[in-house]
Amino acid sequence: MTTAVRSSARTQKAAPGATRRPYRRNKRRSLTLTLLTALVAIYSLIPLVWLVINATKTQQGLLNSFGLWFADGQFALWDNIQQTLTYDNGVFVRWLGNTVLYVAVGAGGATALATVAGYGLAKFDFVGRRGVFAVVIGAVAVPGTALAVPTFLMFSKMGITNTPWSVIIPSLVSPFGLYLMWSFSASAIPDEMLEAARIDGAGEFRTFFRICVPLLAPGIVTVLLFSMVATWNNYFLPLIMLKDPQWYPLTIGLNSWNDQAATAGSQAVFNLVITGSLLTILPLLTAFLILQRYWQSGLAAGGVKE
Amino acid sequence: MALPQVAARPADPGPAGPVRRRRRSWGGWRFVGPFMLVFALVFLAPIGYSIYLSLFRNRLIGGNSFVGLDNYTQALQDSQFWAAFGRVALFLVVQVPIMLFLALLVALAIDSGRLYGKAFFRVAIFLPYAVPAVVATLMWGFMYGSQFGLVGNINDALHVSLPDPLGASLVLTSIGNIVTWEFVGYNMLIFYSALRVVPSSLYESAEIDGAGQFRIITAIKLPAIRGALVIATIFSVIGSFQLFNEPAILRPLARNVLTTGYTPNMYAYSLSFSGQQYNYAATVAIIMGVITMIIAYVVQLRGTREI
Repeated sequence: MTTAVRSSARTQKAAPGATRRPYRRNKRRSLTLTLLTALVAIYSLIPLVWLVINATKTQQGLLNSFGLWFADGQFALWDNIQQTLTYDNGVFVRWLGNTVLYVAVGAGGATALATVAGYGLAKFDFVGRRGVFAVVIGAVAVPGTALAVPTFLMFSKMGITNTPWSVIIPSLVSPFGLYLMWSFSASAIPDEMLEAARIDGAGEFRTFFRICVPLLAPGIVTVLLFSMVATWNNYFLPLIMLKDPQWYPLTIGLNSWNDQAATAGSQAVFNLVITGSLLTILPLLTAFLILQRYWQSGLAAGGVKE
Repeated sequence: MALPQVAARPADPGPAGPVRRRRRSWGGWRFVGPFMLVFALVFLAPIGYSIYLSLFRNRLIGGNSFVGLDNYTQALQDSQFWAAFGRVALFLVVQVPIMLFLALLVALAIDSGRLYGKAFFRVAIFLPYAVPAVVATLMWGFMYGSQFGLVGNINDALHVSLPDPLGASLVLTSIGNIVTWEFVGYNMLIFYSALRVVPSSLYESAEIDGAGQFRIITAIKLPAIRGALVIATIFSVIGSFQLFNEPAILRPLARNVLTTGYTPNMYAYSLSFSGQQYNYAATVAIIMGVITMIIAYVVQLRGTREI
């Protein structure tokens, strides 16, 4: 829904010094509770299972086979993938490249800006610091779409609509990344260490990059992962900014294939929409699964201190 | 103004403890400056510009002229706007509580330590969050469909005719289901992270005092994660009022029901990009923004006072 929704997971307050291992150990497990939770897990996984199964069917197979099982004697997954990648002169690959570009520059930049600024807010007492905080938090409550139309008009006056910049620039700001990095910096970097570095004569930036960045790593990974999701999944912003299919990200591209089916006279390519959807979600799902340990500890760390 | 209670509590200079007491200077701006520059460009400037736009109107005769609050008067009497607002308001009061309640139950279940395979559940239920709204909506749209959707399959197999999930009476529910699917795991994770840091000594003493599980939940766990509950509620309110992706992407499947003004956001979008009525669209967006902020503020006030 909104980018704002995404990164709030670490903003709750918490009681200090929380460890609870002794309490946990002698718990009896409950089969009933497990089965009930399993219902929610099934609900969460069924659409994904549906997607995988149906990515193995041809357009014809989609129409005449049961949705949650494979079509008889048909396994068209590799065919579908090949078709998806080559359809319309390989435009899907182009969209994938665009998405990677937007994510690399947008989410990467957002993480860098938030990290540096969060550190600055946590470790320097400067003129206007409280003002910065008030303005950023206030702006978060403004619905993203209230900004979309004026941003589009502004960008169109600047002549950058329909270019990658129109998608990248708005992605560069992550107020919640800022918030997380602020609270993370405040607790992860001891003031004494900064004093010592200063006494040794290290410059502020050198201190930051050499000493602080490694300490901030779990927070940085978390912010990066959540900004990546926000950018990879972005729909509304590129929808209004981009007219030229050459610059579409995957989300807009897939939807245009889907719309194509609804237009009279053109070729319905549902099998490609489905296979393309699968290819679109795989990288992020994989990243979340592989980096589990990092983001779960990053989220927890964001909540623990205070 | 969404989260002062987590972010700037009284007598607490930052969200996370004391700030280094150095002489006040401009030095910190070297770090904060780049962020603020981009922030000003993509947040502050558009807000200012949209307020400016909302005070003008582009007429066929006379061109662009200042009309004061006329656009606002028009919007407040615009039945199409209010119909759209009514839909998202209904969506808000039904979908948000269901989603958050479900998320809370799962978080409590995982946190209780009584589950087999809790790590699996935590990740499995969270996964949909990483799926783009476009893909989520396309998948559910296919499944809802009577053509090769699951609903069609079930109708054929059982010789029944289920009500059409994309029909007029059910489509809002169907959208609610998609949004719930996307965000239940995310909210679960917010609650779960908050629960994890409740000191276990509290539970131990409660158990010694003879408190049952239910009592521990209502007396200790829920109050302890109140901040997380408030935040999740506020973001769900914002999300509901901004509802756009799901109905817009489902539209080809149910054109008659999902009109171009189905939600306030879709209305503002169609005003600008089909109707070229930028000034009026900006007005609609600002009104929605103000309503959202007021509700977020009320939720926050109530949430921090009660219990």
